[in-house]
Amino acid sequence: MMTKARRVYSIPYVLWLLLFVIAPVLLIVYQSFIGMDGSYTLDNYKTYFASSTYLRMTFNSVLYAFLITLIVLVISYPAAYILNKTKHKQLWLMLIILPTWVNLLLKAYAFIGIFSMHGSVNHFLEFIGIGPKQLLFTDFSFIFVAAYIEIPFMIMPIFNALEEMNPSFISASVDLGANAWQTFWQVIFPLSLNGVKSGVQAVFIPSLSLFMLTRLIGGNRVITLGTAIEEHFMVTQNWGMGSTIGVVLIIAMLAIMLVTGEKKKKRRRAN
Amino acid sequence: MKNLKVLFIGILAIIGVLFVSSRQLEKAQGFSGSNTVTIYNWGDYIDPALLKKFEKETGYKVSYETFDSNEAMFTKIQQGGTGYDITIPSEYMIQKMMKADMLVPLDYGKIKGMQHIDSRFLDLDFDPENKYSIPYFWGTLGIIYNDKFVAKQDMQHWDDLWQKGLANNVMLIDGAREVIGLSLNSLGYSLNSLNNKELTQASKKLDSLPTNVKAIVADEIKMYMINEESAVAVSFSGEAAEMLDGNDHLHYVIPSEGSNLWFDNIVIPKTVRNKEGAYAFINFMLKPENAAQNAEYIGYSTPNKEALDLLPKDISQDKQFYPDDSTISHLEVYKDLGPEYLGIYNDLFLEFKMHRK
Amino acid sequence: MKKKINWPNIYLFFVFILLYLPIFYLIFYSFNSGGNMNHFSGFTLENYQAVFEDKRLIGIVLNTFLLAFLSALLATMIGVFGAMMIYYTKKRQARNTLLSFNNILMVSPDVIIGASFLIFFTFLGIRLGFSSVLLSHVAFSIPIVVLMVLPKLQEMNDSMIDAAKDLGANAWTVISKVIIPSITPGIIAGYFMAFTYSLDDFAVTFFVTGNGFSTLSVEIYSRARQGISLEINALSALLFLFSLFLVIGYYFISQSNMSKKQRRLRKQHEEVAHIL
Repeated sequence: MMTKARRVYSIPYVLWLLLFVIAPVLLIVYQSFIGMDGSYTLDNYKTYFASSTYLRMTFNSVLYAFLITLIVLVISYPAAYILNKTKHKQLWLMLIILPTWVNLLLKAYAFIGIFSMHGSVNHFLEFIGIGPKQLLFTDFSFIFVAAYIEIPFMIMPIFNALEEMNPSFISASVDLGANAWQTFWQVIFPLSLNGVKSGVQAVFIPSLSLFMLTRLIGGNRVITLGTAIEEHFMVTQNWGMGSTIGVVLIIAMLAIMLVTGEKKKKRRRAN
Repeated sequence: MKNLKVLFIGILAIIGVLFVSSRQLEKAQGFSGSNTVTIYNWGDYIDPALLKKFEKETGYKVSYETFDSNEAMFTKIQQGGTGYDITIPSEYMIQKMMKADMLVPLDYGKIKGMQHIDSRFLDLDFDPENKYSIPYFWGTLGIIYNDKFVAKQDMQHWDDLWQKGLANNVMLIDGAREVIGLSLNSLGYSLNSLNNKELTQASKKLDSLPTNVKAIVADEIKMYMINEESAVAVSFSGEAAEMLDGNDHLHYVIPSEGSNLWFDNIVIPKTVRNKEGAYAFINFMLKPENAAQNAEYIGYSTPNKEALDLLPKDISQDKQFYPDDSTISHLEVYKDLGPEYLGIYNDLFLEFKMHRK
Repeated sequence: MKKKINWPNIYLFFVFILLYLPIFYLIFYSFNSGGNMNHFSGFTLENYQAVFEDKRLIGIVLNTFLLAFLSALLATMIGVFGAMMIYYTKKRQARNTLLSFNNILMVSPDVIIGASFLIFFTFLGIRLGFSSVLLSHVAFSIPIVVLMVLPKLQEMNDSMIDAAKDLGANAWTVISKVIIPSITPGIIAGYFMAFTYSLDDFAVTFFVTGNGFSTLSVEIYSRARQGISLEINALSALLFLFSLFLVIGYYFISQSNMSKKQRRLRKQHEEVAHIL
């Protein structure tokens, strides 16, 4: 009886999967086998894997996404942890999300103002005697702003995982004589791992395909897979090649899912 | 659950309020099917006061939608779904749309005011006899420099971008045709080159440019140049006009060895629903006083010679934006390269972008 | 006596400063009479006046929020049941496959999503405009809802469900009385995220919109060609403050509703602890 009812409720979801996920994916895979002249071909893949430019771009893109995710995680985990212990935690959490409601382009322009040669940061650097520095269009500013944008998307799932944790585990651990550090590493952190995983998925994957920031903040010195796809779809109108890179991106995503996906239920036990 | 129910009802109430007020506002603006002209244009590419004037004079309602690249516009119009009556693409895109059979041939019986257009801008290669398009604005690609950092004699040619003193001080427009094209021009080749040897040479030459390049950006160039973030930039004349307005130290140069001459023309796409309205709009924009008002507002160069007479002398006689015939004769209009070469240009540009300093 | 420095709160304070820095910057310059975001040349309210006079812009704002509220609602409803479906898929491999498919839209660049949705809608003959944009927003918001709800389901106590079933509860009762309450935080989080995605999106909306329908993002992007006008700053400042009040207001209303229940719950906990 239960299963039948559940089936009825999940119809919209299944429909969504079929119409908005599987159909477009099939379309992209199909497109990736079509050459510029409209015939079926493997040329796009050949071009991709034979071109050092594309391979280097893929590597760079993964590297940047990795760095961004790492930085976001390092900043967000403690924030989520502390947040979870505050008095009005739900309110604070909502206030973490709120900045994302302001348009991304506007925030990017604000950062341009903050980082530019005559901007606030450089005024400050001048004031303390370091002198103005080129900040915009550097790896630093790109990673900084990308991390800025992704932080709420990491805090949210980690916070949720921490919040749901049964406090009795922690008190049990303390009762058993574990110190705060041990409690954290052996009880709290493993239990919050699910949140970390969803956070990593929600940050790493979009970071692979950032495109607007690469121009606005990175000055196109940073090229990601997303930039290349954008270019192929919008400029050269070579949808075949764009789709090929899209397929690569989907495969990369599957790999991430595999790494961060749930393993066996058994939990590794630290001695 | 109770909490969730309250939230759910609250959200439904908000949705209801928003829906009703949005409907009210639409009604107040008086949109109804048949008397609407749907214009698809670049963002901020017309004086809004002109749209109001057009509505008042003709009784049509304007539904104004915007795009931010020729290619995006092409995709939208090709897929249909919206009855765009008017759009304003650049010349190479007009050629492409003609090939794809997406444009309606103009009926000159319904158009008044063609005699106002400067004949230099009519009957060009991309649209012989102006069968499909009417000039809206035109311009060039060139170099903007700040005289605080660069002397006039040091910045007259494309080659000057490579000079030693400019490390990390050049901004380029984010376009494959523009960047590869300037390299081709600097070598004395055509910017429409379909010669692989020339292209390899051009891309080799670009290999040594990245040390000077600060960023490859788009609309933001304007802001950066006005704020003196960079000494030199490569951009379009229309953009340059606005920069010069914002900072007296800036100047615009069209390199004499050659550069790009571009047009944005009005066309009627096949998606048209209100042909009469479309022609009314074309006629409205051809009127010298309207074209002049628009040119003054946007800051781009108008092809309407009667309008030019109405503009203040310091605009109409500015050689930077209304160059003389001898300069124009060195300029080239982009030709549709065909998919294969467009791909090559784009890949070379991608490689250029990926050069690390 | 030395007062102990509260490092965690200082850290949190800095995170908040970081997150709000560009927003305060935007709001600050919305009062600038200079017309750009670089030099503050004088205080003015002109930009705000311009917002209220721009009927088109106000219409777009209404549409944008209507779209965000509605699409997030639909996406949350579909996503919650989707998450349940994934959770109840017993085979691990099938579950992982489902989850991978779920995430595809999150990884795909907006341009691909937008272009393929556009092809899809024109193929089906759906009129471009509010409905096509709504469908797309629902579509790309579902995965994040699933990702937010799924961990809550995994932490749920399955014995509760068994108990409920043993007591003869039917499917709907189990869902509404047992499952939904225990995953409520996930649902709210999912709704928030879906709402955020909808407000933020530019590329997908650009492709699938038409017939005069526009959202704030699309409008801002196309206006950026001439540089961001401070009118947009002023508008964002207003919207931001409005959302802030909305969020704080909602929180305290829900808090006063909750407090009674919570007190009861805490009491139970204490009793249990006592027995143990």
